[in-house]
Amino acid sequence: MAATQKTIDALEEATGKYKYGFVTNIESDKAPKGLSEDTIRFISAKKEEPQWMLDSRLKAFATWQKMEAPDWAKLNIPPIDYQDIHYYSAPKTGGGPESLDEVDPELLKTYAKLGIPLDEQKVLAGVIAVDAVFDSVSVATTFRGELSKVGVIFCPISEAIREYPDLVKKYLGSVVPVGDNYFSALNAAVFTDGSFVFIPKGVRCPMELSTYFRINEANTGQFERTLIIAEEASYVSYLEGCTAPQRDENQLHAAVVELVAFDDAEIKYSTVQNWYPGDENGVGGIYNFVTKRGACRGDRSKIAWTQVETGSAITWKYPSCILQGKDSVGEFYSVALTNNCQQADTGTKMIHIGEGSRSTIISKGISAGRSQNCYRGLVRVQPGAENARNFTQCDSLLVGDKCGAHTVPYIVSRNPSGKVEHEATTSRISEDQLFYCQQRGISTEDAVSLIVNGFCKEVMKELPMEFAVEAQKLIGISLEGSVG
Amino acid sequence: MAPLLEIKDLHASVGDTPILKGIDLIINTGEIHAIMGPNGSGKSTMSYVLAGRDGYEVTGGDILMNGESLLEMEADERARAGMFLAFQYPVELPGVGGMSFLRAAVNARRIDAGEKEVDQLEFVKMVRAKAKHLNINDDMLKRAVNVGFSGGEKKRYEILQMALLEPALSVLDETDSGLDVDALKVVSEGVNLLRDPQRSMLVITHYQRLLNHIVPDYVHILAGGKIRRSGGKELALEVEESGYAGINDAA
Repeated sequence: MAATQKTIDALEEATGKYKYGFVTNIESDKAPKGLSEDTIRFISAKKEEPQWMLDSRLKAFATWQKMEAPDWAKLNIPPIDYQDIHYYSAPKTGGGPESLDEVDPELLKTYAKLGIPLDEQKVLAGVIAVDAVFDSVSVATTFRGELSKVGVIFCPISEAIREYPDLVKKYLGSVVPVGDNYFSALNAAVFTDGSFVFIPKGVRCPMELSTYFRINEANTGQFERTLIIAEEASYVSYLEGCTAPQRDENQLHAAVVELVAFDDAEIKYSTVQNWYPGDENGVGGIYNFVTKRGACRGDRSKIAWTQVETGSAITWKYPSCILQGKDSVGEFYSVALTNNCQQADTGTKMIHIGEGSRSTIISKGISAGRSQNCYRGLVRVQPGAENARNFTQCDSLLVGDKCGAHTVPYIVSRNPSGKVEHEATTSRISEDQLFYCQQRGISTEDAVSLIVNGFCKEVMKELPMEFAVEAQKLIGISLEGSVG
Repeated sequence: MAPLLEIKDLHASVGDTPILKGIDLIINTGEIHAIMGPNGSGKSTMSYVLAGRDGYEVTGGDILMNGESLLEMEADERARAGMFLAFQYPVELPGVGGMSFLRAAVNARRIDAGEKEVDQLEFVKMVRAKAKHLNINDDMLKRAVNVGFSGGEKKRYEILQMALLEPALSVLDETDSGLDVDALKVVSEGVNLLRDPQRSMLVITHYQRLLNHIVPDYVHILAGGKIRRSGGKELALEVEESGYAGINDAA
């Protein structure tokens, strides 16, 4: 139909609207390009790390050198020159700032542009504590005093390595071992910063904890490492937002996130990922190769991953839950939106080990432009997981006729009492729906945004309020001009 | 003053098939016109052509609203200019909350007119007041647009939107189809409440019975893509008695 083609053309024009594509003009302190033991020693020295950490990094590097990049995903990844990347970049302001007064005003302006409530006053008025990671270092962690009163530790991981070495030694790499995969090994060798969260027994974290990641420097990789430990009967909700400036070259982001939940503890981890996706011809954009995994070690523990992913040129990401505890619960709510030449291969793994463990997977994939969007998920019920249950719903929405949606579910059940359900649908925004909205005076763009947000509703309602509003807008922006 | 709607020698095709073959019609402000016709006469095509649906191509003639041609306007622009279509088969919008949908529609008009967007609380009150007359309860307003609605609920929801958007011209496309007598009564009463000297309606129907409830000022008989006869409300009764047979020949 004529109008459909017209709107698809409009979609193809509607790029270059990445509103976070500004570069902050700050002098930075960078490691020379390239990856070697020297680079790792440089990073470790910059971070004033103890010897055990450096040893662990060097071991990881040796492991990584023996590994091959994975090629099983439905992704077309151009070769990456690991010697052409800066592995460390810090805004040049001396040591870590003690308070916001010491933070470079240029940086604060950047955060203001991104809409992060970094300003202490605003933060106090709100309910969020923010740890902002700019390239490789944490620049400000707000609200720490308030948190420490209840015994919650929320700080850059580099600081935790120095201040809480026992906790870090005990848990770092315990969920995602160094040799788990190519990118986790790389991360273990060169990670520069990230967040550390510790919620002691019985404490309900009094506010949402939030990290904001931003890659600013050209040719810089960001390898953040996050570790969250929730002791017995504690609760924490953690939010993560990501952006990067618009650049022609590809930037690498290979993060590792590990969560540990003990008896009756609950961790809710939410991500809004808006890394630069590249232009309409697929030039530039972030390679987002991330390993996120949570271990429900305790009985009745619960880990919920919620993600809204609209950015990155290539996404390779499978936030997973290892359900070890009896009656433990894993949840995965995901919206993955791809447009233009973006590629995403994303999903989850739910490994049922504990008796009565339950998991829910709700995945909503939206493909537009010439993008390829693949859901890949594994549900595994181990022999000991009596009465384990899983429900998976996997919906794909196509916008236009040049994109692809793929669903690759793996189900392995080794216990006859396990119940695994999988539902999947693939649909297209119909011309009827668009016309109906238009006839009510709603422009085509707004109609697409309404319909797509409706499609994603089950996931959106899992996001904390303040994130949900941002995520809705993001979906509107990412789909501007697209109609099918 | 130009009439609200003036259709001049309108020809329209769907694909390569000509459906409308020269329609002339004038609707003045405050008038209610009914278009009756057998299946396949072009009634629904006419409603879509007026609303500007893609794929319904105007091959000749013109449609003027307040003296201005609508032909170059997109469907949403026509809607904001005051054209409303109550659908024969309203489509479901899964996950799209009724209230946010209605608010998006009202705000689209306000933004166009340079007015402030509607306040959320005020809006809820406004919708509830109008919904009451149509037997639409809060539960129905909370659900996703048209999802799981019965035939009668869908039609009432159309009329609720019409009441909220206050269009200058409402085209009701076979609003009676799929309704039992009681539902028909509720819907008709809702429509009659909206009768106003400032508003016009074009009621498209196959059967005369709707016109017992929504009494038109003028009745036109459409057959074979042309208006064959026009008259007052008594013309509908005549069709009811003798059927559409022979209308083509009579022209």
